[in-house]
Amino acid sequence: MLNMFRKAAQTRLVTIGYPQTPARVPENFRGAPYFDFSAWRDARPAVEACPTGAIAIRESEGRRWVTVDYGLCIYCGQCAEADGSGAVQITQNFELAVRERGDLIVTAEYPLETDGSQGELAGLHNGSPSGGDPLEPLERKIQQRIHKVLGRSLSIREVDAGSCNGCEIEIGALNNPVYDLERLGIHFVASPRHADMLLVTGPVTRNMELALLKTYRATPDPKIVVAVGACGISGGIFGRNYATVGGVDSVIPVDVFIPGCPPRPHALLHGILLALGRMEQRILTARPASADPA
Amino acid sequence: MTQPSGPIPARNFDEIRASCGIVFTDWSEANDAEIYAGIDISDLRPMVARLVENGCRLASVFAEDRTTAGSGFLLYHVFESLNDRRYLLVRTSIPVDTPAFPSVAAEIPAVNWQEREIHDWFGLVAEGHPNPRRVALHDNWPEIHPLRKDFPIDTVLPPFEGEQHLYRPTLGEGVFQIPVGPVHAGIIEPGHFNFAVAGEPILYLQLRMFYTHKGTEKQFEQLPVNRAVYLAESISGDSSVSHGTAFCQAIERASGIEIPARAKRMRTILLELERLYNHVGDIGAIANDVGFAVANYHASRLREFILAVNEELSGSRLLRGVVCPGGLRHDWEQQQTDHCGAALNRFELEFAELMRMIDASDSTRDRLERTGILHPDKARDLGIVGVAGRASGVDRDLRRDHPYAAYDEVSFQVPVYLEGDVLRRMRVRVDEVWQSLGIIEQILATLAPGSHRAAVPPLPPNCVALGTVEGWRGEIMHWIRTGSQGRLERCKIKDPSLNNWPALVEAVEGNIVPDFPVINKSFNLSYSGTDR
Repeated sequence: MLNMFRKAAQTRLVTIGYPQTPARVPENFRGAPYFDFSAWRDARPAVEACPTGAIAIRESEGRRWVTVDYGLCIYCGQCAEADGSGAVQITQNFELAVRERGDLIVTAEYPLETDGSQGELAGLHNGSPSGGDPLEPLERKIQQRIHKVLGRSLSIREVDAGSCNGCEIEIGALNNPVYDLERLGIHFVASPRHADMLLVTGPVTRNMELALLKTYRATPDPKIVVAVGACGISGGIFGRNYATVGGVDSVIPVDVFIPGCPPRPHALLHGILLALGRMEQRILTARPASADPA
Repeated sequence: MTQPSGPIPARNFDEIRASCGIVFTDWSEANDAEIYAGIDISDLRPMVARLVENGCRLASVFAEDRTTAGSGFLLYHVFESLNDRRYLLVRTSIPVDTPAFPSVAAEIPAVNWQEREIHDWFGLVAEGHPNPRRVALHDNWPEIHPLRKDFPIDTVLPPFEGEQHLYRPTLGEGVFQIPVGPVHAGIIEPGHFNFAVAGEPILYLQLRMFYTHKGTEKQFEQLPVNRAVYLAESISGDSSVSHGTAFCQAIERASGIEIPARAKRMRTILLELERLYNHVGDIGAIANDVGFAVANYHASRLREFILAVNEELSGSRLLRGVVCPGGLRHDWEQQQTDHCGAALNRFELEFAELMRMIDASDSTRDRLERTGILHPDKARDLGIVGVAGRASGVDRDLRRDHPYAAYDEVSFQVPVYLEGDVLRRMRVRVDEVWQSLGIIEQILATLAPGSHRAAVPPLPPNCVALGTVEGWRGEIMHWIRTGSQGRLERCKIKDPSLNNWPALVEAVEGNIVPDFPVINKSFNLSYSGTDR
């Protein structure tokens, strides 16, 4: 017993200060790719290299639309390697969580040159064609009220609706002494009946569809749903097939989406705190400091 | 016909073939790791019996649909012999108009689930199977066979109706059932456990898996190979490098390329780092499940050490996006490997302290010893692999028996215990942590500069190849048939968990319900790897 106290004293504090103090991530960490859309001349190599189809092109009548979906991206970095022009760069940005699915989707429009490359950037659109509606004043009021009720102390029920277990590993890490979720007044509970938030990973399988729906119904109102990881947002590399229905929002309404494959624990913290109104959403297309020419 | 026990005759497949009296057709050595042979379907059961009598282990059974190539269905029985580094894959043709094959599951329970999977996915009936119910598709699924070539992957099935699974009734006075899952109390994957209990002791446990079935094997047929590596990494999230490497090895064998020495060594380091972070996490979790939270906090802190090393070397805490056909995507700078060595030295000191703390706790040992016993006979009959096998006397380790990467360059011990309880499953992990540290140290000392990646020629069509890796849980197999335009016709994945789930059923019998979490944790099987 004495040895245990001695060991604790020797070990000292290992818990990080994020979000009060900025996160320190290793130099090699692969975060979000940054696309310099105005300098990008040819998206085809990146499209060809992308394992999940997160970068896609559509062409018609001499125009090309390049769509980047951060909710489908698995942050492998292949696009930057394949592109090679410097217009695609891997950053260390991990604070990617958003409130609207459409906020993860960016479309750039270009005139198409005869050699198949792109001309001057003609337009940049955020949001999916269908979604991305801003909150109505009433909805905003309700959201603020929910933040007031749940924002200080939160109980989370984690639901694996078909994940590979990668997201579960990182969610589990939130309980370790390094990330220590409880310091923020947040803890995991064993039953949806005790939960304020469902933290759901995917892709939602046909075999988990009903269980997810029942878990949602068993969670008392008001409740928040957070979809975790590329698969939880969009089906990821598994997509939609005979055995999966895709992202969590195809079964239950989702309040916040946390991209990543899997999202690192800091990114999970950002998403959870974003859902509580305790952190802000970042603009994904903003030029990161690291992408500036030195 | 039972799996071999006791001393096994020192014979390789060529000797066994010469003496077993079975007629094989097209016996051919595809490469230095695989022998393929054909057999008539009427000889299938005697063949399996004769090989098993000769000390071979039936490692896997799987099928492929070759109807579009005019060959009907093909069934493969994969054998390994203790004294042969090669695998023997025995191929049986099944005509389209008689979609059935003789089952060997009654004699070799290890293939119980795998034969039923073949029925579910291909519609091939396992004749004589003692329990021919569905396993991979739940009971409420329509009558479909998704891995047949004429089944489009994007088929949208109608809403399901009826029960997902019917459990054996729990009868008798004072006997009742505890249904648990698929949404569990902890942060773990989904599955259903149905306990029959009388008071506290568990009479029997019924498992229902495949809640996370996501059509992975079919998905492999859709993606170009360079993208399919990422799918392989997502088969089981805690075994990214193991599954990724097994897949890449299969691709490399099909392409007939040898990867550079440096790439082999780098892969070895990554595979051992994956073992380290999982083993130390499990050791802590086992301690935690018997109330030793302090040990778990230290273990999870140590696990973060390794995850930081992973990120330093690969850009990903879980080692995603690091392995590729031909070697590795990126080379390492000297300072990265120096950092790795220094971090592991610190880890080593702290791990020794952690184990002193756990070993000094009598109450922990009391809870772990003689809990959740898997008897060696059962482990052998069920074909249990990996950590769980080695804790129950199954002296197998692919790193030693079928070396890949740089494992033939390093020396290490394979820990084996006979008691088969939770304590020994933990001890195997502890011993393996020390061995892994030794392996990485040996590799770092010899890691000479050189190429980290060989060029991979366009994938030749219609080639078959096997990739095997001793993941931290046990034997991982990827078998591929290449198709046209750099795609795959078939990718069969066998995660060790598929072998090992039935062991949990045996190990919990007679134990009390409160010990179930620690018994389950001591196996720590992958649901996603099983369900795919």
